[in-house]
Amino acid sequence: MKRPSALSLLWYQAVYEWRIFWRTPISAFFTIFFPLLIYVVFSAVFGNQDIDYLGITTAQFYAPSLAVFSAVSATYTNISITTAYQRDEGILKRVRGTPLPAWIFLGGKILSSIMIALIGTLIMLAVGAGFFGLQFYAETVAILVVVFFVGVAAFASLGLLVAAVAPSGQAATAIANATLLPLAFVSGVFIIPGEDPPAWLDAVSNFFPLSHFVEPFRAAFTPPVMRPDIQWTDLAYLVLWGFVALVLAIRWFRWEPSTGGGGRTSRRKAEPAAG
Amino acid sequence: MAVVSVDNLTKRYGDVEAVRGVRFEIEEGEVFALLGPNGAGKTTIVEILEGYRGRTGGDAQVLGFDPSENQRDFKERIGIVLQESSVERELSVREAIDTYGRVYPKRLDTGDLIGIVGLDEKADARVKTLSGGQKRRLEVALGIVGDPDLIFLDEPTTGFDPSARRQAWEVIGNLTDLGKTILLTTHYMDEAQNLADRVAVIDHGLIVAEGTPDTLGGRATARTEVRFILVEQSPDILPVEPTTIDGSTVEYHTDDPTTLLHTLTGWAIERGIVLQGLAVTRPSLEDIYLALTDGDAP
Repeated sequence: MKRPSALSLLWYQAVYEWRIFWRTPISAFFTIFFPLLIYVVFSAVFGNQDIDYLGITTAQFYAPSLAVFSAVSATYTNISITTAYQRDEGILKRVRGTPLPAWIFLGGKILSSIMIALIGTLIMLAVGAGFFGLQFYAETVAILVVVFFVGVAAFASLGLLVAAVAPSGQAATAIANATLLPLAFVSGVFIIPGEDPPAWLDAVSNFFPLSHFVEPFRAAFTPPVMRPDIQWTDLAYLVLWGFVALVLAIRWFRWEPSTGGGGRTSRRKAEPAAG
Repeated sequence: MAVVSVDNLTKRYGDVEAVRGVRFEIEEGEVFALLGPNGAGKTTIVEILEGYRGRTGGDAQVLGFDPSENQRDFKERIGIVLQESSVERELSVREAIDTYGRVYPKRLDTGDLIGIVGLDEKADARVKTLSGGQKRRLEVALGIVGDPDLIFLDEPTTGFDPSARRQAWEVIGNLTDLGKTILLTTHYMDEAQNLADRVAVIDHGLIVAEGTPDTLGGRATARTEVRFILVEQSPDILPVEPTTIDGSTVEYHTDDPTTLLHTLTGWAIERGIVLQGLAVTRPSLEDIYLALTDGDAP
């Protein structure tokens, strides 16, 4: 009797989540193709003009912005919705009855969603470079990679947190969309921010983690003269959000639906299962 | 040593006492059924033993483990078929078995398992295309893929049509042939009778009777009823005095039906008297069950 290694189990869990994702067309559409569609439409509508005060074209602005949006959809939205639905359907409960350690099950989810985020991001940047003249700067590639992985890890943790607190899959869908979409507007993902935004908008955008992902990522696509120094505070901020979210998600995670454990018998109630 | 040993087990949810001091043991290789109506506490007991819930009081040992500690070694040796849960719709039968089988240190071969549960024709079909009975069989496959020493089957055939139930029973019969110990819950008498070596009838969180399906509730020794209609004769002429007389319907309750019938029929033939509608009945398991579980309805 040999117990399978943790690493191989983690890998197979990621493959399993990955497979389910691509076999559910609606999630693949909203994660990969929807941001791409917005990119193509925006770049066409705005005629790819220069944004004077940023020193870049609209295509140069939107490619990294929407790449981040795609990455956040792949992690935050995807994890929160699929996990909550898996709980509704009793799949989490089934997993809990097997010897698979909880951290490997959740780790596989995170790993798979990060791979999906990577694909979404790469496709976005490739389309930008191929069709809209997106410029890369060799000296920022390392920064780009670091910002990407810190960002997706933070948003994956936030996705787990939403899954933990949402009472159902429907609720998780509502929470994920109702938080991400307004935040994307506020944080300058869809709308090019004016030169002098109102203070309250700045405050809101700075409080939430999305702008701390988008801005340093986009800065890597800005010509050297316009580029701010590497934003360590942004990274620290993302790490903090991700860490707090992960701790709370683990604390509040439930493996069974909140109403009656899905059972027929009236006396049963769901109990939080110890991690 | 007993595979499952439960002593004075209690479980309270707020003000509701779902399990009120239950005691039983299951030996290796035995099929043990918890039989009772919905809400009797069967699932609560099983989920305590599976490690899903803590207990309020008493003792529970499963394969030498305390299930509430939820250890990986423990989970590697049990197989769970939940009452309500589902399998990922977008996986094929084979993929689902591979996915869940991978987490066990020893496991049954996927192909063999598909044969055991009779899903050969659906091996590569997506789960979402399976019928209810086929899904349940897949769930049984996922419950035993880790070659467990103890299998929990929580209402394995609830909601099945009769032919699907027969098929499920066959699958479960195959498991017992493999020498597995099984803890089964059901609210069907015939299911307990068909599958179980021993049955505990549970109602309102208490075991109200326990035994083999044949001896349950003292059925083996229960009084037999002999009944017939005596046409145009006075009951006074009968060779044995009846227990009850209702008009011309005569009824005996006896512990020795052989002798009684011999006396009555010998007497009737000798005199050319007809014992119209002669019937000999023993209480069915169903009668016992209804008597046991209806008495203290709230």
